[in-house]
Amino acid sequence: MANAQRSERNHPDRIRPATEADLPGVIALDEEVTGLLKPSYWRDMFERYGARPGESRFFLVAGAGHRIDGFIIGEVRAWEFGSPPCGWIFAVQVRAQQRVRGLGTRLFEAVCDGFRAAGVDRVRTMLARDNTVIHAFFRSQGMIAGPFIQLEMHLD
Amino acid sequence: MRLQKATVFALYAVLELAADPERQLTAVEIADKYGISAHHLAKVLRDLGRAGMVDAVRGVGGGYRFAGNPKRLTLMDVIRIFEDIGADAAEPLPRAADPDIAEGLRFVLDELRGQAVATLRSISLSTMLKLVGRRPWVAGEPATPARRPARLAG
Repeated sequence: MANAQRSERNHPDRIRPATEADLPGVIALDEEVTGLLKPSYWRDMFERYGARPGESRFFLVAGAGHRIDGFIIGEVRAWEFGSPPCGWIFAVQVRAQQRVRGLGTRLFEAVCDGFRAAGVDRVRTMLARDNTVIHAFFRSQGMIAGPFIQLEMHLD
Repeated sequence: MRLQKATVFALYAVLELAADPERQLTAVEIADKYGISAHHLAKVLRDLGRAGMVDAVRGVGGGYRFAGNPKRLTLMDVIRIFEDIGADAAEPLPRAADPDIAEGLRFVLDELRGQAVATLRSISLSTMLKLVGRRPWVAGEPATPARRPARLAG
């Protein structure tokens, strides 16, 4: 909790559920970070996770006015390959200039609070092996390797 | 994955010193705590000093002090001073009569090393010290403090 309070002092942006008006800011931030413009993807994400927020879906943003400095998306998933219900984080972005100031930690803690309120006690994620920045971020939050392995193959 | 003795000693020393950057310890004090050779550790500490990870404090009451950013330095940064386990390092295998089998084995072993390298690159000294504090290996999983859910704004 002390970490969250320190992070909030360092970065006062309010964490709140995304609204449709946040979409341009989310799309712009994602393009800034990834170099890829994908508006239809983010509209679809908002339809699924932002427009119909239930107690198991979370699309949270941080920013002042229409400037979005960070966002995180997650949901509670259950029984995939026998896994009991758990929180899944599948997107997190923080504007490069705003990093190392605790905003990512506040977003992470906010979505974890949502997962706890939904009744789950575990959170998972998946990320690119060579994405050291995000990998180090999740590790710094206390995440460690879980019991599942990600596999893939080419479809000829 | 088996790390060389010098690498493990270096990780012990760097983590011990990074736990309290204001504190200075001699090679003997660190060696005694970990039950390792002070003579070998002294050589390791000199290498760490040349790499800029520790400062040698000379004179009476001297020793070594951590010199770096524990949130930036990773386990891999320490390891690579002493050995090359990078993703580009080819897996050494004895010469094989069947090159396809050898290539296949190398492919699988490289997959394992790739996972290990990604893990070591992702764990800063600060994260490692937090992990030690949580002791997840005792319960077999990370211990997360129970917190009352906060209401989301909006």
